Amino acid sequence: MIPELGHYALVLALALGLIQAVAPLIGAWRRDEALMRLATSTALMQFGFVALSFAALTECYVTSDFSVATVYENSHSMMPLLYKFTSVWGNHEGSMLLWVLILSLFGASVAAFGNNLPATLKANVLAVQSWIACSFYLFILLTSNPFLRLARPPFEGRDLNPILQDIGLAVHPPLLYLGYVGFSIAFSFAIAALIEGRIDAAWARWVRPWTLAAWMFLTVGIAMGSYWAYYELGWGGFWFWDPVENASLMPWLAGTALLHSAVVMEKRNALKVWTLLLAILAFSLSLIGTFLVRSGVLTSVHTFASDPTRGIFILVILVVFIGGGLTLFAWRAPLLKQGGLFAPISREGALVFNNLFLTTACLTVFVGTLYPLALEALSGEKISVGAPFFNLTFAPLFIPLLFAMPFGPLLAWKRGDIPGVAQRLMAAFGVGIVAVAVTFAAAGAGSVLAPFGIGLALYVMAGALTDLVERIGLFRAPLATSAKRAAGMPRSVWGTAVAHFGMAVTLLGIVCASTWGEERIVALKPTQVVSLAGYDLTFDGMAQRSGPNFRELAAKFTVRSGGGVIGVMDPSKRSFASRNSSTTEAALMSRGVSQLYLSLGDVNDDGSVAIRVYFKPLVLLIWLGAVVMMLGGALSLSDRRLRVGAPKPAAKSTKSTLQPAE
Amino acid sequence: MTRKQRRLILIGGSLGVLAVAAALVLSALKDSIVFFNSPSDIAEKHIGPGTRIRIGGLVETGSLKRGDNLNISFKVTDGAHDIAVRYQGIVPDLFREGQGVVAEGKLEPDGSFVADTVLAKHDERYMPKEVVDALKKSGRWQEGANAAAPGAAAGGKTP
Repeated sequence: MIPELGHYALVLALALGLIQAVAPLIGAWRRDEALMRLATSTALMQFGFVALSFAALTECYVTSDFSVATVYENSHSMMPLLYKFTSVWGNHEGSMLLWVLILSLFGASVAAFGNNLPATLKANVLAVQSWIACSFYLFILLTSNPFLRLARPPFEGRDLNPILQDIGLAVHPPLLYLGYVGFSIAFSFAIAALIEGRIDAAWARWVRPWTLAAWMFLTVGIAMGSYWAYYELGWGGFWFWDPVENASLMPWLAGTALLHSAVVMEKRNALKVWTLLLAILAFSLSLIGTFLVRSGVLTSVHTFASDPTRGIFILVILVVFIGGGLTLFAWRAPLLKQGGLFAPISREGALVFNNLFLTTACLTVFVGTLYPLALEALSGEKISVGAPFFNLTFAPLFIPLLFAMPFGPLLAWKRGDIPGVAQRLMAAFGVGIVAVAVTFAAAGAGSVLAPFGIGLALYVMAGALTDLVERIGLFRAPLATSAKRAAGMPRSVWGTAVAHFGMAVTLLGIVCASTWGEERIVALKPTQVVSLAGYDLTFDGMAQRSGPNFRELAAKFTVRSGGGVIGVMDPSKRSFASRNSSTTEAALMSRGVSQLYLSLGDVNDDGSVAIRVYFKPLVLLIWLGAVVMMLGGALSLSDRRLRVGAPKPAAKSTKSTLQPAE
Repeated sequence: MTRKQRRLILIGGSLGVLAVAAALVLSALKDSIVFFNSPSDIAEKHIGPGTRIRIGGLVETGSLKRGDNLNISFKVTDGAHDIAVRYQGIVPDLFREGQGVVAEGKLEPDGSFVADTVLAKHDERYMPKEVVDALKKSGRWQEGANAAAPGAAAGGKTP
């Protein structure tokens, strides 16, 4: 009964979605207030029904109702309750249901909080949002019904893929989807603006908070996925330039560019058409990411489905929305009133620089990700494009971007002064140069690039702080005045500094962990010791343990440093009988923000066990940096300017929408 | 500065960055991509020793030997041809005889292969796509007969 209820709720959501996809458009066209208002209630109800549907599926998982095919395929009655929840989206059907749940949540949020939007814009945005929602409802109902029943219900499920039975997986997909799907709002706003043929600075102010929120979730979502891969896959790497990872990086790059260009549009009423294009691109890349991951074109841990009809269906959605969006853009964008041009040396010039490098970097990732697919389709040659490619293309484009990062916030709008800014950044340059020199002296001739990486990271950090120090006049004005200024400073200024600082923190972690990490791969017998980076790990022995749905072989290692015992590490190998498969659970020990990492290999006939042990200096900074970036985004989001609704320009545009369209 | 000059700077700058990016991409594509070959491809194509390639196929049953210092050797086969592979290190959890494998490394002058990376499968039912294609090409792939066949598992899914 419950699964049928869930299925039916989804069908009702589709029906509501179809109404919402058409009625508000007609309403906006004919200035019919009632039809436009309809969108608000349908959006809220759509969310209600999708939530009901999702709750029904969750209920099936929690009660282990194996008469439902997806539950049978991906769950097990002995699985811990937490993983029963997470396995709802640990498979293709459920993850698509999560996708539409988040999509309808965003739609409902616009409906609920968008009261200060001009009525026609709101109606159009919600209609476009509903087109997206409907296509995904149809996708689920026609090709990936999660509520499909089995004629003869089995007694036991086949268990969730063991590698996905992990707390990291519990949070990674929802966060990532909140990011991906969040960009759909920017897309809907862009399409609505194109339909109306009118766009102004107020538009950017409405779009920015949604983009910011999506960007925050995407940032932590990517970081979470990276951390999960780091500890679960057992190779100690944090980024593999895997196509699936790139699929999430591309929307992030485009979204970051969009955040910055929207500032220019909001403040200077320029870059309008470009911002629209970025809004379309950011969501298009999210859709491409979904397609790559969900269609089975790529094989990876994320590939749940390899049913070709699904791939083709997603491809159709992709072509309709990206193709349609870009066609509409090509047709309508020339009609939009162009913003002014501006001096290259200015804040807006710096933001254009940022956009240029971010989009180009995104393009190189795009080429590196899709080239192998294109080549295979055209010539049948199979190639792999890995880290070396991206190190040679992505890194050289990101370095100038990071170097310019402290300049941006210090430059004035309209007309900036590079020498003046450089002078104010003297301290930051000093910090960077000292860092390079010190690292060179300490690390020796081992690596040439790494000291520059450290220098760059510290320079960006110092630059972010310089911006704050300059604004509040610290050291120049009395402390009380500075404190008052700090309190009165817009939150978005704090947000910028914090987010830029976070980026540098991540960079520092990446440089340190990948340059000065140590690695040993050895076979050890009990009582033998392996040493690295000043730590001695003694292998004490192995023991069998059993968990709720697995048995594990755990090794015990005592870690000593400077003679004293500092802890015990117990990496294990788990075997899951229900799936006849096993996972390696690495043991981690944090020492400050550095980590010791220990993972097990095979047990040999002579009783020795192969182990991989790493010392990863400052590795936690990589993910902490992402958290700092997210905090920066949150600060910026809490800015008064974005919360307090429509100031003057918006009020003007509300009036102008009441006039007949062209 | 006139409007025209500003526009020129903007367009020139953009084209400059794009040109640099294009140059980077092309040079990186020339040097850093790795081609995938099945054992049959290697037998036919005469790939020179020292070139980085990927190979894939099934680990031949009975060919896996473990030596000291985590050295292992095994044969990768696509049914028609096979190739001897040496590797030092820890192999992935699901590395087994009779299962699909993808390895990256270099050919030796004697025709054997020294791998520095052996890639993991994530699931017992999942077979690397390259391996499936290689087996199909050599005629050893039977749709539906193999539990690893995409879509052959119950419900048409390979999670």
